[in-house]
Amino acid sequence: MQNDSFNKINVLHYHLELVLEDIDSTVNCTAEVLYHLGNKNIAPDVQFTIEGELKNTDEADNIFYSQIKSLEKELVAENIPDSHGHVSPEMEPIRLLAWVASGYVMWQNSTENTKFQFAQIKHVKQVKRSDEYLEFDYMILLHEMVSQEIIPWQMTVLWHPQHGVQVTQDSRQPKHASE
Amino acid sequence: LDQVAPSPIQPAVCRTLSPNQILFPFSFQLDFWINPSTPALPVDVRIPANGVQAVKAFLESHGIEYSILIEDLQVVLDKEKQDMACSQQRDRSSNSFNYGTYNTLDSIYAELDHLASEFSNIVSKLKIGESYEKRPLYVLKFSTGGRNRPAIWIDAGIHSREWVTQASAVWIAKKIASDYGKDPSITSLLNKMDIFLLAVSNPDGYVFTHTTNRMWRKTRSKNQGSQCVGVDPNRNWDAGFGGPGASSNPCSDSYRGPRANSEVEVKSVVNFIKNHGNIRAFLTLHSYSQLLMYPYGYKCTKPADYAELDALGKAAANSIRSLYGTTFTVGSICTTIYQASGGSIDWSYDYGIKYSFAFELRDTGRYGFLLPVNQIIPTAEETWLGLKTIMEHVRDNSY
Repeated sequence: MQNDSFNKINVLHYHLELVLEDIDSTVNCTAEVLYHLGNKNIAPDVQFTIEGELKNTDEADNIFYSQIKSLEKELVAENIPDSHGHVSPEMEPIRLLAWVASGYVMWQNSTENTKFQFAQIKHVKQVKRSDEYLEFDYMILLHEMVSQEIIPWQMTVLWHPQHGVQVTQDSRQPKHASE
Repeated sequence: LDQVAPSPIQPAVCRTLSPNQILFPFSFQLDFWINPSTPALPVDVRIPANGVQAVKAFLESHGIEYSILIEDLQVVLDKEKQDMACSQQRDRSSNSFNYGTYNTLDSIYAELDHLASEFSNIVSKLKIGESYEKRPLYVLKFSTGGRNRPAIWIDAGIHSREWVTQASAVWIAKKIASDYGKDPSITSLLNKMDIFLLAVSNPDGYVFTHTTNRMWRKTRSKNQGSQCVGVDPNRNWDAGFGGPGASSNPCSDSYRGPRANSEVEVKSVVNFIKNHGNIRAFLTLHSYSQLLMYPYGYKCTKPADYAELDALGKAAANSIRSLYGTTFTVGSICTTIYQASGGSIDWSYDYGIKYSFAFELRDTGRYGFLLPVNQIIPTAEETWLGLKTIMEHVRDNSY
């Protein structure tokens, strides 16, 4: 007699075809996403292919880099965008950096039942460094759409025009009882 | 010499300057704001980004003192442009209410009064109840007469952080009032039907988003036995209440409440709809995600009128897209976003109001709840086209 064998599904594989918005054009992209159903603490695997190249942003990156490097005091800011959705021009790169870094945090914390969006920078503080990297300590808000929760999240972000973005440390924060 | 340096962000035209070259203002595009006159008097000059270093070097090597009046002229110009756009919008309207910004509750309530008085032939203001913190719940009634005509219900701001919905609702109120007698469609509609518009369904939450927490979603009712405040008013309706898609935890942003209709903000609307007895469409505005949805949320089975609602939803989405290209996805709540119990359009549909739709307005996540003010009026305009498509169908399909 043969035992019934259960095919235990412990990964969920999605094939995605998407369009990326670049600065002034669009780029096609395909991705394979694997959710690990067995262990919710493992981030989903993501493999992607971009058809073509993304635009070069070296000039804007270098301008932002020198602006921050030339500040006399470390940058401090809060509520970006503000309640009315406004972002001042000099804070736009700070917002974009948070956006990119938060993508990593969202990826690491995604399951098949989450849908994260970046909501707001509550607070950002530049951390002085002796090397060539820029470092920012962010407190951001993520919006998780399935539960509708707004989740405060701390992240430490390193950036350099040639070396890209790194999230060196991040931690989910508790909601304030008064809110 | 006072120096003014413009924005380093501006693209620079590179010119090399050899150390032996004498700096002539004309060849280097120096823009004097106070021209040189006598040696004792200061000079103000605007310097293009690429010239800053060279000018500084020149001044320092000649022992000429300078100070920077404006570090980055572009920043100043950007702010000024913004301020001007704001006051221009203010000036356009006949009174001081600015439709192109996010207003306080008091300001919105004052404008509702203003509309009811300016268009008193068709607009009246009704109080349908009070919030938990005893704020009035005001509905604008648009009517050309008759007695208990078939009517359309529209509400906004049930989730207080979704600011573009309250803002759009007030704009839509003005639009309906102004267009009667001018636009054939709205004129024929109001000659047969009434419209009821609840612009701020959750005033306590709305005030809280202004004073304390911009991201507040729920009501502000106290929960027995918990420090956490508030109930998700769109999980509190009597439709699949207690089922999956709502939380039983008072601290959750999707807390359903202790029982259906526990929230006075919800109960007041239910009472109004039931007492009226002739509501034919129930349309509710949320943000964000750009979705146009029909029932059900509490179960993933299709409603009996699925085919008609889907077709009508798609027609409305096409109308929305026709204005600015904004795309809305159409489908049932359960298949489009997630299973959610206790939602308003599930209740209205099961109560017998066939044309029950929920809109999720702009955007799709770039700004989310914090939609920039310059998108308020475009959002209201396109949403209005979608609402009109649905209302025209309701007008032409009595049931």
